[in-house]
Amino acid sequence: MIKKLLIVGLLTGLAFMFYGLLISYNGNETLTGLGSYYAQNGAREVGAANLVSAIVVTYRGLDTLGEVTILFLAAAIIGFVLKLKKDEVVEARPVRETSELLTSASQVIVPVIFLVGVYIFINGHLTPGGGFQGGAVIASGVLLMLLANPTMHISHNIVATIESISGIAFVAIGILGIVLAGGFLDNRLLPLGEFGTLLSAGAIPLIYIFIGLKVGAELSNIIGTISYNQNEKPN
Amino acid sequence: MFIAIAIILAIVSIAGAIMAIHHKKLSVAIIASGLVSLTASVMFLLLAAPDVALTEASIGSGLTTIIFFYALNKIRNNHD
Repeated sequence: MIKKLLIVGLLTGLAFMFYGLLISYNGNETLTGLGSYYAQNGAREVGAANLVSAIVVTYRGLDTLGEVTILFLAAAIIGFVLKLKKDEVVEARPVRETSELLTSASQVIVPVIFLVGVYIFINGHLTPGGGFQGGAVIASGVLLMLLANPTMHISHNIVATIESISGIAFVAIGILGIVLAGGFLDNRLLPLGEFGTLLSAGAIPLIYIFIGLKVGAELSNIIGTISYNQNEKPN
Repeated sequence: MFIAIAIILAIVSIAGAIMAIHHKKLSVAIIASGLVSLTASVMFLLLAAPDVALTEASIGSGLTTIIFFYALNKIRNNHD
């Protein structure tokens, strides 16, 4: 009884708080100060047709570096926690046979998924999407490969090499921005080019390619580790 | 029209969320939670945030669902 009363009391308190929020809420009709600055000067200063990627990569570039680092940490910790010792691995785990439909369809679709992922992060400064989204799409391609062939093993060496090279390149571009342009991760170290074309917006396409590769490698590594961990001996 | 689609999406999303909590079969519950992500991503698209919609569709309804399934498989293996 007391437990139920407590729950009801908690819910009423929450409802009261949210009611206060709802009453005081009125949607913004105009952009706030920072938003209008981005909207007015973003295209001219950064040269990216997709304003979101202009903000994510240049104005808020340091935050993006932090996000990529967090993802790297998550992948590393998953790899550490789920690591299997030699004597814990089952030689051949029983796998349900994958259907003909899945195996043949994955052979057709996986290259297309990879291509879409690469397209998304290369065109990140022109169309919606960017490094994170493209990387996630590439990882879902890897996932489909794993579903079609559950015993496939993702090579740690390849993933780690791609991941570290793109991570170092991302930071190196950022530091080059301090030397050649206005500050850390300033994209004007390359010429801005013609607005709206593929080779425009300075270093944004380069940065997005490296972010895309890094995120794709990290997410694939997470999936690969979890999939390999299924080989653990049942205790 | 926009509001009608949004309301239908919201109803599907809430139904999926309730199903994810209350369904007896865990595999159905996992798919229902993927459905919540899917409707959320369509909602983001309607609200003119295609960048967020892409992330939600690929990570929320794709990767997370499969990782849940891997975890479920592992729990079952250890249970037997």
